[in-house]
Amino acid sequence: MTPAAPGPGRGDARGWGLLAPALLWTVAFFAMPLGVMGVYSLWRRVGMTVVTDFGLANYVDFFAKSFFVESLINSLEVTVVVTVVSVLLAYPLAWILAERVPPRWQRLALILAILPFWTSYVVRSYSWLLVLSEGGILSGWLQALGVVDGPVSFANNRGATVIGFVHFFVMLLTLTIYANLVQLPANYRKAAADLGAGPVRAFIHVILPLTLPGIMVGAFLTFVLCIGDYITPQILGGGRELLLPQAIVMQISRRSDFPMASAMAMILMAVVSLVYVGFARWLKLERV
Amino acid sequence: MTFSERMKNPVAAAALIAGLVFVGPAQAVEELNALVWCDHTDPKLIEPFEKQFGVKVNLKEYEGTGNALAIVEQSKPGDWDVFVIDGVDVPRVADAGLLAEISRDQIPMGDIFPQVRMEDVTVRGGKMYAVMEKFGYNVIAYNKTKVDPADMRDLAVLWSDKYKGRIAVYDYYIPVMDLVALKMGMKPSDIAAGKLPAMKAELFKLKENSSMVGEVVASTTALATGEADILVGGGEWAVSVMQAENPDLDWVLPDQGGILWSQSLAIFSASKKKGLALEFVKYVMSPEGQARLATSSCFWGMPANRRAGEVLTAAEKASLRWDEQDKFLAKSHRYFVPDSELDGKMLDVWTEFLQH
Repeated sequence: MTPAAPGPGRGDARGWGLLAPALLWTVAFFAMPLGVMGVYSLWRRVGMTVVTDFGLANYVDFFAKSFFVESLINSLEVTVVVTVVSVLLAYPLAWILAERVPPRWQRLALILAILPFWTSYVVRSYSWLLVLSEGGILSGWLQALGVVDGPVSFANNRGATVIGFVHFFVMLLTLTIYANLVQLPANYRKAAADLGAGPVRAFIHVILPLTLPGIMVGAFLTFVLCIGDYITPQILGGGRELLLPQAIVMQISRRSDFPMASAMAMILMAVVSLVYVGFARWLKLERV
Repeated sequence: MTFSERMKNPVAAAALIAGLVFVGPAQAVEELNALVWCDHTDPKLIEPFEKQFGVKVNLKEYEGTGNALAIVEQSKPGDWDVFVIDGVDVPRVADAGLLAEISRDQIPMGDIFPQVRMEDVTVRGGKMYAVMEKFGYNVIAYNKTKVDPADMRDLAVLWSDKYKGRIAVYDYYIPVMDLVALKMGMKPSDIAAGKLPAMKAELFKLKENSSMVGEVVASTTALATGEADILVGGGEWAVSVMQAENPDLDWVLPDQGGILWSQSLAIFSASKKKGLALEFVKYVMSPEGQARLATSSCFWGMPANRRAGEVLTAAEKASLRWDEQDKFLAKSHRYFVPDSELDGKMLDVWTEFLQH
């Protein structure tokens, strides 16, 4: 007589049991808050009170007011620029780390690469303000080198916001791309060379496609974190334009209009979800 | 890093909140929980009270009455004892039943500048629910080595091209739109929906002349780093605390007038420590407490109690333009408090201004 094999029911129960903590966590800290926010977004603030009649008035308001739509467009523009520039800077850095830095130095190089993560996000943004402002380091250097005659400011505009973001996200992308690059067997390059491909052709046709998952995971994380960020544009943007998170905070801090802020946050969430769909084919962690 | 910066960092905020929640109840010493503006977080102000009464004052800093009310709403009745609140917001909070009566005979009412007693807002139905503790102005702050100080007494110059690109604007729609109203020859209380298109045009022109629009830290940093030479909406609160390091920074109330900000102290009606809370109010309203509050490391402002002048140094009084207060107060207007509908429309105009 052979012992009874675990039936599908028992296996399922064990699986659900192992899954339960993660599931509970997700329900408690993601699904429920999102649901509450969704309900709030259908309510309406009238006077000092929130009226709990359901409706789409907040969403209609958002799309009827050009400055709100413009804030969404600004957010998308800044996020796309930050993501593209970060990828373009991070890839060579990751490649140098993976291919050119001797293995015994790679750990130190990686620590140096992630050092910016160890400082406070707010402090880092204010530090950039001191670098980019009119009386700042960059202006001083340019004057000392004779490039400009007088003080020049690079702060308080979209460019400063992009610089602040890129400084942070290049490191994030470097890590995901590096993790992908070091997994590639060296034989692939040798095989490409044996088949007559030069280094550039081998990179374009072999290395780059194989590291796309790392690029896409990093790019998606960059997109999500960047489009929802409030601090960096608030400190470095100088109020020259509004991004959507700033417009959301205004609704709360100035008017305590949580229903409108919730509707705007749901719209932001919908944009992120659409981008996720676009990235989905590459977002498989086992490929990174 | 300031408290507000720490609170913007989620990890640090969580640690602070955890500290307040988990350490607080274990303390044997009596505690007072106060919902305050950042100027009350200066140890120079709080520690003498703690030592005198052998208590611990737990301070929770906030910005904007709306945020404070959200905190109160999410707390249990009795969690909070003392409330520092924008003077003009006292009526709605008192009418909501959140504040306890403060006996007039406990407060040195006769020493408070008459123009800032504001009993029309602190007294409801004959009972006083708050006492004004500090005031100042949203006017023009500037670097006197970069601009002509005489120009700063005329709001209209900010709309000319003379200082184009050298102006920062404080990102708070109520006082700045009030200043725009003064520039247009209106009182802030004249602001109405029909006036908003004209005010929007004025704001757009101001934006075209400005280099940045920022909240407290960003706008004062712009002035300190030379990014801007003028701060519209600034005042003693923006520059006095920096004058020791940068004596070139100054402020003035323009000829058209200025906007008076005021903060008041109140006691929560649900407080279980009303006696200790009243002692705290009395301490802050004493000449010594008032002088410490006026020169708080977060921001300076005029003490409501004129007897603080006996404690403040000559340099501190000069920085606060102590001797010009009667003239300034006579030309000042309180924050306009729009109804909810107009408030929404004003915020929309401000959002367009930021997006312009």
